[in-house]
Amino acid sequence: MPQVPAENAPTAAAAAAPTAPAVPGEGRHGGATAWWGKLHGLGPVIGLVLLCIAGTLLNSNFATYDNVMNVLTRTAFIGIIAVGMCFVIISGGIDLSVGSMAALIAGSVILFMNAMAPVLGSPMAAVVVGMLLAVVLGAVFGLVHGLLITKGRIEPFIVTLGTLGIFRAYLTYFSNGGAITLENDLSDIYSPVYYANLLGVPIPVWIFLLVALVGGVILNRTAYGRYVQAIGSNEQVAQYAAVDVHKIKILTYMLLGVCVGIATLLYVPRLGSASPTTGLLWELEAIAAVIVGGTVLKGGAGSITGTVVGAILLSVISNILNLTSIISVYLNAAVQGFVIIAVAFMQRGKR
Amino acid sequence: MSVAVEFRNVTKEFGPVRVLHGVGFALQPGRVYGLLGENGAGKSTLMKILAGYESPTTGEVVVDGAVRAPGGGSRAAEAQGIVLIHQEFNLADDLTIAQNIFLGHEIKKGFFLPPGRPKAESGPLGGQGATRSARPWGSWFLDDKAMREKTREALAQVGLPLDPDTRVRKLIVAEKQLVEIARALARNARLLIMDEPTATLTPGETERLFALMAGLKAAGVTIIYISHKLDEVERTTDEVVVMRDGLLVAREPTASVTRRQMANLMVGRELADLFPPKLPAPQDGAPAIKVRGLTVPGWAEDIGFEVRRGEILGFAGLVGAGRTELFEGLLGLRPRSAGTVELAGKPVQLKSPRDAARHGLTYLSEDRKGKGLHVHFGLRPNLTLMALERYAKPWLNPVAEQAALRGAVQEFGIRTGSLDVRASSLSGGNQQKLALAKVLHPGPSVVVLDEPTRGVDVGAKREIYHLVQRLAEQGLAVVVISSELMELIGLCHRVAVMRAGRLQTTLQEPNLTEEELIAHATGTR
Repeated sequence: MPQVPAENAPTAAAAAAPTAPAVPGEGRHGGATAWWGKLHGLGPVIGLVLLCIAGTLLNSNFATYDNVMNVLTRTAFIGIIAVGMCFVIISGGIDLSVGSMAALIAGSVILFMNAMAPVLGSPMAAVVVGMLLAVVLGAVFGLVHGLLITKGRIEPFIVTLGTLGIFRAYLTYFSNGGAITLENDLSDIYSPVYYANLLGVPIPVWIFLLVALVGGVILNRTAYGRYVQAIGSNEQVAQYAAVDVHKIKILTYMLLGVCVGIATLLYVPRLGSASPTTGLLWELEAIAAVIVGGTVLKGGAGSITGTVVGAILLSVISNILNLTSIISVYLNAAVQGFVIIAVAFMQRGKR
Repeated sequence: MSVAVEFRNVTKEFGPVRVLHGVGFALQPGRVYGLLGENGAGKSTLMKILAGYESPTTGEVVVDGAVRAPGGGSRAAEAQGIVLIHQEFNLADDLTIAQNIFLGHEIKKGFFLPPGRPKAESGPLGGQGATRSARPWGSWFLDDKAMREKTREALAQVGLPLDPDTRVRKLIVAEKQLVEIARALARNARLLIMDEPTATLTPGETERLFALMAGLKAAGVTIIYISHKLDEVERTTDEVVVMRDGLLVAREPTASVTRRQMANLMVGRELADLFPPKLPAPQDGAPAIKVRGLTVPGWAEDIGFEVRRGEILGFAGLVGAGRTELFEGLLGLRPRSAGTVELAGKPVQLKSPRDAARHGLTYLSEDRKGKGLHVHFGLRPNLTLMALERYAKPWLNPVAEQAALRGAVQEFGIRTGSLDVRASSLSGGNQQKLALAKVLHPGPSVVVLDEPTRGVDVGAKREIYHLVQRLAEQGLAVVVISSELMELIGLCHRVAVMRAGRLQTTLQEPNLTEEELIAHATGTR
């Protein structure tokens, strides 16, 4: 219940010092409801724990180190995008284009690397500059979204529905309907970004962790993060309170674009190619991760921890379906769908 | 067509907190009752119980001699003719007046039946019983014609000559209020509960409302009138019922108590002077804010004023005179077509409230819930939102924020059990004090307070008046926009009067009187 994100709770509770006598009508917001609120926040975590217990019981391979790392690596793309999406949704917006954006960035980056390797004379330099390009492209696309939404005063749903089509169409055009493939020598240099381990943990998992940590700090410990929540909770109040609403909103879309760029630069070395099916339905998975994590679609409040847990929870479901034969793998999306609806059901009336 | 109501030992608990401690009294039909009490006295809760929105924890509500069964909700109460008109209107802006009046109680007709016929047991204005239960088979289609007709009758009754097909969005506040009353009448209301009905009305509109109330009373409708404006209570009610801390403390014929006695009964102590003694207006010194030729298209034209440090300038005018819009234009929240602003002698370009705050000008909105506070947020983020840079270096420092909150709670007298509650759990007066603390937190040199005591009880009003005085004493330039003339007279050094977007005059002692203000605001001088 408290709008203060879970991460802040300990400090807030520690500083609680009643300075005035209670007035009637006060207590119903303290005590019992605060306890419920905490339980609410733990919902996704409890769900994940239960799923993991079920997974362990159903298949002895589930709880192995390799499988855990496998799940986390697969979660990384959606998880990183979901962290950015969390900001957009908390600010009261939405971005439907992230899957198409990832595909277009992937395609552009591969074309760029292929073209630049001979020019720069060093495949390594081409890969590094290409990776930078991924992030810059994401930021630029985000900037365009933000400008159209704020200065252009178009609903975010409409803007990003439009770019969803535009991005994917351009990728299809660039790839002539087929695949854009990274040249072999570049692929060899680039592949460690996805396949290498650091201290036994795959690189994408490290990056995911880093993005989530940075996201959490930005959301909870910076003025920008507070403004994002303030805008999502009530845009007018924020505007009257001297918050630069347009700037903050544009920044959230740019932040999401950067996250998409990072996710894409991790994704490209995995297959070394981009095709019209790259990143298909990622937007739904990212939004689902945010919502499952306890963020309200209306905006105003949410948490990065919840989002990360939500993203992991969704990929654990598909992992369990892959490992066991109780439910067909073909029903993966259906099971995830049921989970999303069930979670939303439990979160009713949270506001 | 009247209804007798009796409360028997009604208590209400929200969790561990008891807000009503056994209230018992009876209301005779066909009288007008003034229900008085500070915010948090329990009067809203009691009225919600009467109107079916809440059910009592113990005790019972007796209507026309029969104990009301629990769990019926507001629909059951409406069926008994008891309707609560909310302070915030419950109208769907995009629907027409007729659609709103019959929302949830639509008149229907069958495809094969002649229109308008199948209303078996409707009252004079089409009661809701028929549409729900005894509707003939096949009544699936809306009978717009009948609803439009009934709406026209109800509108005529409240004296609002509008087309039933007008969209509610197009109505002004006073008209919406009348639509709410018309809706109650269309549901055969026999007991009408009005919560602060005049809060947003102009004097003329208030007069019309009072005339309508007299008409309803003559027709046998019981009215419970909740207001903080004691002069109105004195004028319109037959009896006053005073509540304090969840108990009934007094019930007197209105004629037998003075306004002062009413106020004392509400607060439970002798109310010291509402207004602090006025300090002499500062005579010298450059103006802290100087506005020239400010035009906000459609709202304000060629307005100029200046306020010195330590001075309190009031803005009077009717609703719609353009006062709020003038200042929203000044802050860049509305487009302005002309005008210059100087703050502390330097010309400034204010494009947004952010620019204004940076130059030391902040604004308290009249719309506390919509524009003033994040009611779903805790107190701390609300307080520091306008001065967050101070706590972000670059990481926010919750400990410093919490210390600031503790200081503000002390300084502004915000009464709350815990510092970690949401703003929505504070009473109206305490929310307002929090909103004031918020706009003052950046340390402005000029502060504009728009209706600083709207919907606030007498005790909190007094505290706010003293606070405003203190601000002036500390050297701030203060602008107070208010619809309460006594407030402007009691607090301000000078009062600017606006009418229809133009500055009529600026009054000061000895011309600062209620009569002068009304005369200029209405243009009768």
